[in-house]
Amino acid sequence: MAEVDLRGVSKGYKDTTAVDDLSLHIKDREFVALLGPSGCGKTTTLRMLAGFIRPDSGQILIDGRDVTDVPPERRPTAMVFQSYALWPHMTVADNIAFGLRLRRLPKSEVDDRTARMLEVVGLPGVMRRYPSQLSGGQQQRVALARALVLGPKILLLDEPLSNLDAKLRVRMRDEIRRIQQELQITTVYVTHDQEEALTMADRIAVMNKGILQQVGDALDIYDRPATAFVADFIGSSNLLSGTLRLGGTSAVAQVGEARVPVEADGLPDGAAVTVSARPEDMEVLRAPAPDAFRLEDPRLVNFGAYKRLLGRHPAFGQLEARVPKAFALGKEPVYLRFTRARAFTSDEGDRS
Amino acid sequence: MAAQVPALPAIRLTWWIDDPRIRRMLLRLFAAALAVFIGIPLLTLVLWSFAGEWFWPNLIPSQWSLRWWQEVLENPRVTNAMFLSFTIAPVVTLLTALVAIPAGYAFARLDVPFRRTLLLLFLIPNAFPRIGLYVSLAVLYYQIGLIDTYWGIVFLHMIGTMVYMTWITTATFRSIDPHLEEAARDAGASPLRAFFSVVLPLAMPGIIVASLFSFLASVDEAQGTLIVGTPHYITMPVLLYTLISSFQRPVAAVFSVLLALPSLLLLIVAQRYLHSEYVAAGLGRV
Ligand SMILES: Nc1ncnc2c1ncn2[C@@H]1O[C@H](COP(=O)(O)OP(=O)(O)OP(=O)(O)O)[C@@H](O)[C@H]1O
Ligand SMILES: [Mg+2]
Repeated sequence: MAEVDLRGVSKGYKDTTAVDDLSLHIKDREFVALLGPSGCGKTTTLRMLAGFIRPDSGQILIDGRDVTDVPPERRPTAMVFQSYALWPHMTVADNIAFGLRLRRLPKSEVDDRTARMLEVVGLPGVMRRYPSQLSGGQQQRVALARALVLGPKILLLDEPLSNLDAKLRVRMRDEIRRIQQELQITTVYVTHDQEEALTMADRIAVMNKGILQQVGDALDIYDRPATAFVADFIGSSNLLSGTLRLGGTSAVAQVGEARVPVEADGLPDGAAVTVSARPEDMEVLRAPAPDAFRLEDPRLVNFGAYKRLLGRHPAFGQLEARVPKAFALGKEPVYLRFTRARAFTSDEGDRS
Repeated sequence: MAAQVPALPAIRLTWWIDDPRIRRMLLRLFAAALAVFIGIPLLTLVLWSFAGEWFWPNLIPSQWSLRWWQEVLENPRVTNAMFLSFTIAPVVTLLTALVAIPAGYAFARLDVPFRRTLLLLFLIPNAFPRIGLYVSLAVLYYQIGLIDTYWGIVFLHMIGTMVYMTWITTATFRSIDPHLEEAARDAGASPLRAFFSVVLPLAMPGIIVASLFSFLASVDEAQGTLIVGTPHYITMPVLLYTLISSFQRPVAAVFSVLLALPSLLLLIVAQRYLHSEYVAAGLGRV
């Protein structure tokens, strides 16, 4: 059992609010990713969980126990630092055994657990090396082993893969997820890489400017974004600003001279809205049709597995649609239609 | 769209630093200059101290002798002074370290208010002619009974050593990634434990260099020691100053070699320590 409860946690610095009234419940054995752009308060949140930063207000509970004022050495958390923070004057074995020795375990047990943990992270046979004699990926594994060897209830990782090359990053991603599943450990993983968050986490908490925007699984935040920020940050979206017009069963957004049918749960008539539509929710037509409009200056960008159709519209501005890789442009005009667009209040858009 | 303006190539006046050949050459030049300016006078001293007979223009003495060494080492004033110097220096170094290490750590890590001002304040004793400071210190010592005492000399030496020991340790602690300390806390170490297990070992090279300087500065200090230590507490350099005119040149040479010896020994020790594996590892990561 290891649950985490953040209750209205805030932390400000001189001129910024790093984390603003954040509440988040993390279930036992859950893998939660904290996702957001640089400076949104992810690290601050994680460091408050670890005990390095004391929140200005709010509470942090682990398994129902209030740990807000408990120092890091007495919290059941273990952290993997972005820079790994391996101790350069100790061998790999000593790095991992440090915490065990502090607990005055018998030498045989210390050696046992150290060796076992190096096997778990797939790194036997480097015990006597110094951290500087390891590659980045190996250092990463040692840092993970050092955190896990103490059997923490909660594992905290701060952008652990950001110093690795792209190939290795994908491999370590799977590896960390595998270890997390194997050890059944509650995990909070900070990243600004949405692919990492979407592929690794059970649930994703999207943050912006210190404010928690949405918590949900990959499908939730991709398909049902709660704010315009999430819609824009996760994947890519065409964003338009306009005014909501409700009429009977349908809702449209008035964007300049044009109108876009939208989903607008609970928003009032006349509200200022940000409309978001995914490139894959744009239908590409070769002939005029109801609700379709002509795309000016169409051009194609090849992404290998698919292509992106880019262009302009007098009211909507720049637009993009996802098309199959066989798609080609001819002389004849191209038309677009929004098959699914969502409206968010622009207030929230500003707040985020 | 405006026409693209071709970017000017950035010009750095220090381009030659990047050229490894030039860098190597400069290093060699520097080493050679060091050897000439430090090595040759030292060597001359050593030769003089063993010279039986040495007339110009011979490059080396025409006769060798241990007589000067014998003369100096059999003189009780000399042995007393040596004994005093080498009992003062370690105490000065130790006391300085005891104050400067925590102070350096505080300056580096904690939000000490007016940190810059405080660090500058430390420099003040070095910003003015020392002699004035020593005279006023002597006046104070008369009043509180520290004049012509062992501890009076120790405190006087500490005025100088405190400055750079604090500066060096501050820089050293600041160069250590705070995450290393946090990682220790995270693994269950108390703040004190994290300091002794992680921060202190990593700061050791800096601390050793600073201690070395303190030790040598104490062994070398003559001006202030002369003012507050006479007549009973005569250290080596004070003796050298007071007697240099009345001794023959080879005797002065023996003295000087004796004074230089601890520096050489300490440098050799420090050099071995500074080459140990983890320091290289630590530096490699920065
Ligand atoms: N010690 C500090 N003093 C002042 N401001 C700080 C401090 N630490 C963080 N901040 C500010 O708080 C905000 C959140 O910082 P935080 O490090 O949590 O962001 P982050 O989401 O981890 O960003 P990144 O992805 O760049 O690591 C930023 O605006 C940052 O400038
Ligand atoms: Mg961060």
